[in-house]
Amino acid sequence: MRVPLSWLGEFVDLTPGTTPEDVHAALVSVGLEEEEIHRFELTGPIVVGQVLEFVGEEQTNGKTINWCQVRVAADGELAADGGPAIHGIVCGAHNFVVGDKVVVTLPGAVLPGPFPIAPRKTYGHVSDGMIASARELGLGDEHAGILVLGDLGLDPEIGTDAISLLGLDDSAVEINVTPDRGYAFSIRGVAREYSHATGATFRDPALAVTATASTEEFPVSIDDAAPIRNRVGASVFVTRVVRGVDPTKPSPAWLIARLKLAGIRSISLIVDITNYVMIELGQPIHGYDLDKLTGGLVVRRATTGEKIVTLDDVTRTLNPEDLLITDGSGPIGLAGVMGGATTEIGDGTTNVLIEAANFDPVSIARTARRHKLPSEASRRFERGVDPEVAAVAAARVVQLLEELAGGVADGLGSLHDATPERAPIDLPTGFVSGLIGLEYTREEVRTSLAEIGASMVETETGLAVTAPSWRPDLTDKWTLAEEVARIVGYDRIPSVLPVAPPGRGLTRTQQLKRSVATVLAATGHTEELAYPFVAEKANNLFGDPVTETVPQIKVANPLDGEAPFMRTSLLPGLLQIAHRNLSRGLTDLAIFELGSVFRPVDGVSYGSATVPPAAVRPNRELEAELNAGIPPQPFTAGIVILGNTVTHQPGQAPVAASWQDAITAVRQISLAVGLPIGVRQGSHKAMHPGRTAELFVATDAGELSVGFAGELLPTVARGADLPAVVAVVELDLSAVFAQVTGELQATVIGTKPAATQDLSLVVDVTVPARDVLDAVREGSGSLLESIELVDDYRGTGIAEGHKSLTFALRFRAPDRTLTAAEASDAKLAGVELAAARFGAALRE
Amino acid sequence: MSAPTEISEPVVTAAVDAALAAIASAGDSAALKAVRSAHVGEVSPLAALNALMRSVPGDQKAAAGKLVGQARARVTQALNAREAEIVEAEAAAQLAAETVDVTAAASTWRAGARHPLTLLQERVSDVFIGMGWEVAEGPELESEWFNFDALNFDEDHPARAMQDTFFIDPPEAHLVLRTHTSPVQMRALLGNEPPVYRISPGRVYRTDELDATHTPVFHQIEGIAVDKGLTMAHLRGTLDHFVKALFGDEAKVRLRPNYFPFTEPSAELDLWHPTFKDGARWIEWGGCGMVNANVLRSAGIDPEVYSGFAFGVGVERALMFRNDVKDMHDMVEGDVRFSQQYGMTV
Repeated sequence: MRVPLSWLGEFVDLTPGTTPEDVHAALVSVGLEEEEIHRFELTGPIVVGQVLEFVGEEQTNGKTINWCQVRVAADGELAADGGPAIHGIVCGAHNFVVGDKVVVTLPGAVLPGPFPIAPRKTYGHVSDGMIASARELGLGDEHAGILVLGDLGLDPEIGTDAISLLGLDDSAVEINVTPDRGYAFSIRGVAREYSHATGATFRDPALAVTATASTEEFPVSIDDAAPIRNRVGASVFVTRVVRGVDPTKPSPAWLIARLKLAGIRSISLIVDITNYVMIELGQPIHGYDLDKLTGGLVVRRATTGEKIVTLDDVTRTLNPEDLLITDGSGPIGLAGVMGGATTEIGDGTTNVLIEAANFDPVSIARTARRHKLPSEASRRFERGVDPEVAAVAAARVVQLLEELAGGVADGLGSLHDATPERAPIDLPTGFVSGLIGLEYTREEVRTSLAEIGASMVETETGLAVTAPSWRPDLTDKWTLAEEVARIVGYDRIPSVLPVAPPGRGLTRTQQLKRSVATVLAATGHTEELAYPFVAEKANNLFGDPVTETVPQIKVANPLDGEAPFMRTSLLPGLLQIAHRNLSRGLTDLAIFELGSVFRPVDGVSYGSATVPPAAVRPNRELEAELNAGIPPQPFTAGIVILGNTVTHQPGQAPVAASWQDAITAVRQISLAVGLPIGVRQGSHKAMHPGRTAELFVATDAGELSVGFAGELLPTVARGADLPAVVAVVELDLSAVFAQVTGELQATVIGTKPAATQDLSLVVDVTVPARDVLDAVREGSGSLLESIELVDDYRGTGIAEGHKSLTFALRFRAPDRTLTAAEASDAKLAGVELAAARFGAALRE
Repeated sequence: MSAPTEISEPVVTAAVDAALAAIASAGDSAALKAVRSAHVGEVSPLAALNALMRSVPGDQKAAAGKLVGQARARVTQALNAREAEIVEAEAAAQLAAETVDVTAAASTWRAGARHPLTLLQERVSDVFIGMGWEVAEGPELESEWFNFDALNFDEDHPARAMQDTFFIDPPEAHLVLRTHTSPVQMRALLGNEPPVYRISPGRVYRTDELDATHTPVFHQIEGIAVDKGLTMAHLRGTLDHFVKALFGDEAKVRLRPNYFPFTEPSAELDLWHPTFKDGARWIEWGGCGMVNANVLRSAGIDPEVYSGFAFGVGVERALMFRNDVKDMHDMVEGDVRFSQQYGMTV
């Protein structure tokens, strides 16, 4: 909403010298957020001049220019720029005659652009200023010719300051109007708020006009067969007729200037007047050319397939929910949204039917949204228009049509008002103080409510408050409490720190999340936050180890049509980020993300057919249904490593990233969460067939696969514009965290001497080292304290197709010093089990 | 040097002097070892003198023995002292030879980093945990009821259209990407009897194109407290404490009237700090207010018995004015240099 200050000043006292910034500051304090300040960006001297004579001169380029002598000051006086009283000016326009009064921008003036005016040589003359068009002054789009003041009905004295004459010295503050304050979409409403903020006297413009009753009924029927949510489409419908309007009358300069500052283009006097009244009182007005109407008006819902051509010359197919204004010819307007083309006010309109109605906000909002037609009218109706201002606004339009357009009010008109009475709101004594935490006096409460226009009566328990007609948002005692707090001032609310009951800190899962992030960052990985929007094929590639496609969630209105799906894996996003880094010359990368992935289960249809009502707790079944309708969104870790993990340095050869770095990262996460994460040979269609590990955790129900780690298929890596070797991890942390339960049972730390032995076993190359190790561990029994793989040898001395695995074993007994024989016996028991399971043989 | 043939003072003195001179001139362990062999070894003059003791007449044995014994003691002492010197010098030389250029140390470890947006959320959570609050979480893909209806967004309310929502296909399933973290608060209220004091940081979505100050995927931190007797003064007190903990003791909060469907009364939360880039000023940071009675009703809580307050702030915005991040692109593009500026702390 843009508010010209001169207009605001009509209804509330503005201290002389009040700046737009002052007005903004005042309005912000009562909750109308400041946006921009709008001005006519020009400075003088800009004066009224009179064309004394001009000579048309044809130019070589075919144009004819006029060399004009323009009087800009009285005879014998100096002009406003200090120059002579008569200036010679070159003018390209032809829409004037000798004697016309025009706007002359003298040297030193600056027009919007900025466009500084100075004497300049042109077409063989020195043009000592410029004769301005409306557009050059910022007044409108009219640029067909210069602004002839007589056309605006003006005949000012020569030399008059044209800036103040045309209202170009005015400025407007723009404010953001929240959805609950429809009344602030009017000068009337903003003036009231300004009065609340500053204490300045408010004069309600709605009281300045008296609505006179019509003497002859214009036929209007409200025939809403299908009210939306039980609200009839039109609760108020006022019509008035004005005849004999002079269609040649121009809009006065002040009106054009105010509309312009308010953000509305001047169209014609009649239309300008309806817009003017809308801005002033907040009541959208529609004007019809009475002579184009066929009979009376019927307000009804559209029928399926019905069509209308709106003012913007677009044919619109209507929905049965759309509210229409119709006459004998059919639809002539989308109620409260946009008028129709057939009854539009035009150049020749002399007889006008004025419509000031109050339409149901929901109906208007739906129609405006459906037809993508947000208008000044719909914006106001959606937020609620004062039902009591309709008749006043109609009268104000009549008044202006009479004053400015030479029209004559006709007795013909109508008044339909079915506005329900407003129920008083019970405001118990002490409620406001109890909610806000500040002791308001009885007087403060009553005065604040009276100031916003509410009326009230005392009751046994407090006050029964009737909200003003323009405040449909005031519906309960909480809304009234806000008004009191707002009017008295939020700055008066004290600061009191509440004491919460003792908390339990982070949950185990929350701690684990932080722990994983910290460990990964501390071991050289950089955290990323990728957008979760991906292409379908990226999900299909990474979402499942085997199947070609995976079920996935699609966004109905994506920003990027190429990536309308919610990620089922973190890897596509991380690979994209890796590529971006690479393209910026960062070639050694280890990045990770911890976040949600979206994993719908095949065959399950998610969501709910209906949405439960507001302000009622859904019952358990309904709540369970809502929750069951939400697809699983497991918290997941993704890691991508490429380039060198150790760079080339003095005495240090570079170490290239490989599948081992992926496994190492998994071990680091395992450490962070305090739960073993198993690693075994695995496969995944996006991964290197020989360098991929399946990750798993032990659960009560057996081993659960929780992800994969290793190297991408080189073709997949190259497809992501990355080098051939890219190590990745994808790990379902939700599944891992679920297994982190209870407290660790500590083992006794033995202090007796240890016995260490090495063991080399020859096995088939296909046997995983981990399995051999596990067998030795299991077979060696409780004396074996630790076992580590120290070598994997293949070649001379070892049979083809076999490998020699060397383990370092440490034995210890809790209660005695072990003998070498005891350790050897234990070791051999381990060998025996490995032999039994895998045919392992001691290396000779 | 010929072997001595008698034990006499000049002879002994000569042997000792020769030994001491040799010891003094020994430059390293090997030389000293040769000196030891030559002057106290089996074929040394001192050994020969010792052998001569057998032929010394009995009445002179004591004096000769003393003379030879003292000589041997002096030489041995000198040897030991010199040996200690040489060991020390040699050890020092060894260490000196091991000198490296510490500024050229090779690193087998690379620098990692947390993302400042997640660090900031953790930090804020910690402030509230310190006050006894708990951290609540919820799904990013939400039911419309939790995201809108439960929070008093009527299906036709203009505010609902204002929320630039990502809807999930098909729209009839009534699923959305949450537009704020407020649905988490509703979940906290449904799952717990008051008193409830919860902070919920998390990722949210709006259909804004990425530019210097907007991103369709961003982060919010919301807090809700529902208890008996909570007032707007408690809201202010909580916010005052919060901003001082996060920005320092000079930070201030201002509340301005505003409108949100889920709070009534509602306020805009402005933050002031003397060290903000471009000078001390008020910065619009978020919204807050008293929990709307309809929101409490949606959670089955009687608004006549309980009251509550709630607030929400943007994490990206906080990072922008707190750490002078000028462009949203830096936060979302994933250039590792951005996070690595922060390392492990924000």
